[in-house]
Amino acid sequence: MGNKQTIFTDEQLDAYQDCTFFTRKEILRLHGRYHEMAPNVVPMDYTKDPDVKLPMQLIINMPELKENPFRERIVESFSEDGEGSLSFNDFVDMFSVLSEMAPRELKAIYAFKIYDFNTDNFICKSDLEKTLNKLTREELTAEEITLVCEKVIEEADMDGDGKLGFADFENMISKAPDFLSTFHIRI
Amino acid sequence: MKFQRDFENFKTACIPWEMKIKEIESHFGSSVASYFIFLRWMYGINMILFGLTFGLVMVPEALMGKPYGSLPRKTVPRAEEASAMNFATLWDFSGFAQYSVLFYGYYNNQRTIGWLKFRMPLSYFLVGVGTIGYSFMIVIRTMARNANEDGGGDDTSFNFSWKMFTSWDYLIGNPETADNKFASITTSFKEAIVEEQESRKEENIHLTRFLRVLANFLALCTLAGSGYLIFFVVRRSQKFALEGLENYGWWERNEVNMVMSLLGMFCPTLFDVISSLENYHPRIALRWQLGRIFALFLGNLYTFIIALMDEINLKLEEEKIVKYNMSIWEASLYNGTIPENSTAPPIEVDPADVPRGPCWETMVGQEFVRLTVSDTMTTYITILIGDFLRAVFVRFFNYCWCWDLEYGFPSYSEFDISGNVLGLIFNQGMIWMGSFYAPCLPAINVFRLHTSMYLQCWAVMCCNVPQERVFKASRSNNFYMAMLLFILFLSTLPAVYTIVSIPPSFDCGPFSGKTRMFEVISETLEHDFPSWFGKVFGYASNPGLILPFILLMVCDLTLHYRTANKHGEDYRIQ
Repeated sequence: MGNKQTIFTDEQLDAYQDCTFFTRKEILRLHGRYHEMAPNVVPMDYTKDPDVKLPMQLIINMPELKENPFRERIVESFSEDGEGSLSFNDFVDMFSVLSEMAPRELKAIYAFKIYDFNTDNFICKSDLEKTLNKLTREELTAEEITLVCEKVIEEADMDGDGKLGFADFENMISKAPDFLSTFHIRI
Repeated sequence: MKFQRDFENFKTACIPWEMKIKEIESHFGSSVASYFIFLRWMYGINMILFGLTFGLVMVPEALMGKPYGSLPRKTVPRAEEASAMNFATLWDFSGFAQYSVLFYGYYNNQRTIGWLKFRMPLSYFLVGVGTIGYSFMIVIRTMARNANEDGGGDDTSFNFSWKMFTSWDYLIGNPETADNKFASITTSFKEAIVEEQESRKEENIHLTRFLRVLANFLALCTLAGSGYLIFFVVRRSQKFALEGLENYGWWERNEVNMVMSLLGMFCPTLFDVISSLENYHPRIALRWQLGRIFALFLGNLYTFIIALMDEINLKLEEEKIVKYNMSIWEASLYNGTIPENSTAPPIEVDPADVPRGPCWETMVGQEFVRLTVSDTMTTYITILIGDFLRAVFVRFFNYCWCWDLEYGFPSYSEFDISGNVLGLIFNQGMIWMGSFYAPCLPAINVFRLHTSMYLQCWAVMCCNVPQERVFKASRSNNFYMAMLLFILFLSTLPAVYTIVSIPPSFDCGPFSGKTRMFEVISETLEHDFPSWFGKVFGYASNPGLILPFILLMVCDLTLHYRTANKHGEDYRIQ
C-alpha cells in the first residue's frame, strides 16, 4: 500500500494494533505527539526498539492532561517503573485504555489503580480524602470530607473491611451510568 | 445515516443560550439552572405561538385586508384623533395601537380577503383553537418525557461513590471549563451532604406540629387579605369607570394592575418568612411555598377575570343603546333630502366620523396586554432594585457601616427560584387567556422572555450568591409542568366560555354579524365543502357522540401517563 513510513517496521505496527485499540494511522499520529514533546530525545526511527522514556513533567503538561486533577496518578499508573516516566509503549497503552473503544472492565481496572494513591491495592479512607480534595480543590470542610468518605465506604464496601478492594470498586462502577462517558480522553 | 447525525448536530447547535446556562449551572447548581432551562423552553413555545398568530392572522390581514382608514372599525374615531399618536396613549395601547392588526377589533368580517381568497375569520378561529391545542399537546408530551427520565436513572444506592469517581470529565482541557467543573462538583457534593444531614436530624414532634398549624393559619389569613384587597380595588375601579376616567390621575387608572403586581411582589416574601416557622426539609418547604404562591396568583387572576366579565356585560348593554343611536344618526344624514322607504346611494362619510359600537373583545385584549406589560415592568424593577441596588449598597457601604453587611442583614440576595418560576407560569397563563383577543400578545411575550433571559442571567451572575441551603430540585420538574398544565386548563376556560356563550360585537372583529363565534365553522362547511360532508359533520357533532369521545381521550391520556410511569419504575427495579 501507499505510504512507506520508516518509523516502525510492519511487524511492530501489527503488534501495536493487536495490543491496543488504535488503528495504524492513529499509532503513527501518537508517535508524532510523543516525538514533539521532546524532539531531541525521541528518535524518529523506532525500528530498533530504542529505550527512551519521557519524564512525568513533560507528559502532564500535554493539553489533554493539563487540567485533569488526577494527571499525576494517571501517568504513574501506566508507567512501568512506577516513577511516572513513560516509554512509547506505556504512552500508547495509556491513551488506548482511556479511548472510546476500551471496554468497561479494562477501564475499571485502571480507574482503580488511579484512585489508589498509596498503591496498596485498596482504596482506603486516606485515598478517598485525597481524591475528594483534588475534586473540590479543598473547598470542603473537614467535617464534610469525613462525612463523604464514610458514606462512600458505607455504600460500596461489601466485605466489611473498611476499605474498597477491587471487587467492591468494580461492583460499584459497573452500575454507574456516567463512567464510560467521563473516563474518556480523546487524542 | 450521516445526514441524521449532521441534522442532530445542527439541532443542538440551534439551541440558544447553552453556554450561559452551563455557566450558571456550574456556579449556582442545578436548581437555579433549571429555572433558566424552563425559561428557554417557554421561549420555544412562545415562538411557535407567535409564528402561528403572526403568520396566519396578522400578516394576511395587514397584506390583503382593507387598509387603515377604509372602514369605520379600522379608523381612530374623530374624537380621539388628536391624542392618538401620543406616547402615553400608545403605551396604554389605545389610539393607533388599538386600531391596528394588534387587536381583535381591527379585523373585518369578510369571508374571504385578497386574491388568495384567504378565509380570515376561519383562520382567526382556528389559530385561536390551535394555539391552545398545541400548548396542551406539548405540555403533556414534556410531562411524559420527564416522568420517563426521572423514573430511569435516579438510583441513589451509590450516590456518593458515583459522585466521587465519575463526576470529573476527563475530556476537559480548557482551564475555564475546568474551573466551572470544579465549582459544579463542589456544589453537587454540598447538595448531597445537606440531604444526608437532613435525613439524620431528629425532631420534637409536638412543637413542630403546633408551629406548622400556626404557619398555615397565617398563610390563609394572608391569602384572604389579598383576595379581599383585590375585590375592593376592582369595585373601586368600576366606580371610577362610571364617573369617567378623565377625572382621575395615573394611579386611579392603573390601580388594579399596580395592586395585583405589588401583591405578587410582596406576598411571596411574606410566605417565605412564615415558612421559617415550619422547619421542613428544603424540598418540601419549597412545595408548600409554591402551593401558597399558586393559590395567591390564582385568586388574583380569577378576581381580575370576574371584574372583566362585569365590564363585558356592561358593554353588551351599551351595544343595544348604540345600535339605536346609530339608526337615528343615519336617518339624520339623509335628513330631508330623500323620502323614506326608498333606496338611495350611501352618502360619503369619513370613517372617522361614524359612531362606533362598543368592542368588548378589544377591551379584554387591551386589559390583558396592559396587565402583561405592567407585570413585566414590575419584575424588571424588582430585579434592579431588589437585587442590583441591594448588591451595590452592600458592596460599597460595607466599609463605613457598623455591622458586616455581607454576612448579616441585608447581605446579597439569593435567587428566588420558586417565585420566578411561578411568575413565569402565570405570565404564560395570561398570554393563553388573552391571545384570542389580542393577537399581538405572543409577540409581546416573545420579546419579554428574550429580554428577561439576558437581564436575569446578568443579574444572577452579578448580584446573587449561591444559596446557602442547597438541594437538588430535579424532581420538581414535573411539579412545575403539572402546575403549567393546570394553569393552561384554567386559562382556556374563560376564553372558551366567551366564545361559546357571548355574542360577538356587531361592529368589530372577524365574527361581527354572527350570533356566536363558532358559527364560522358551520359557515365554512356550508360554502367550502361538499354538502354530504356537512351532513356527516352534523351527525358527528351530536353531543351523544362527542361526550364518549372526550371520555375516551381522557382515558387514553391517563393510560399513556401511567404506562410511562410504570416503565420508569420497571427500569429502576432492574
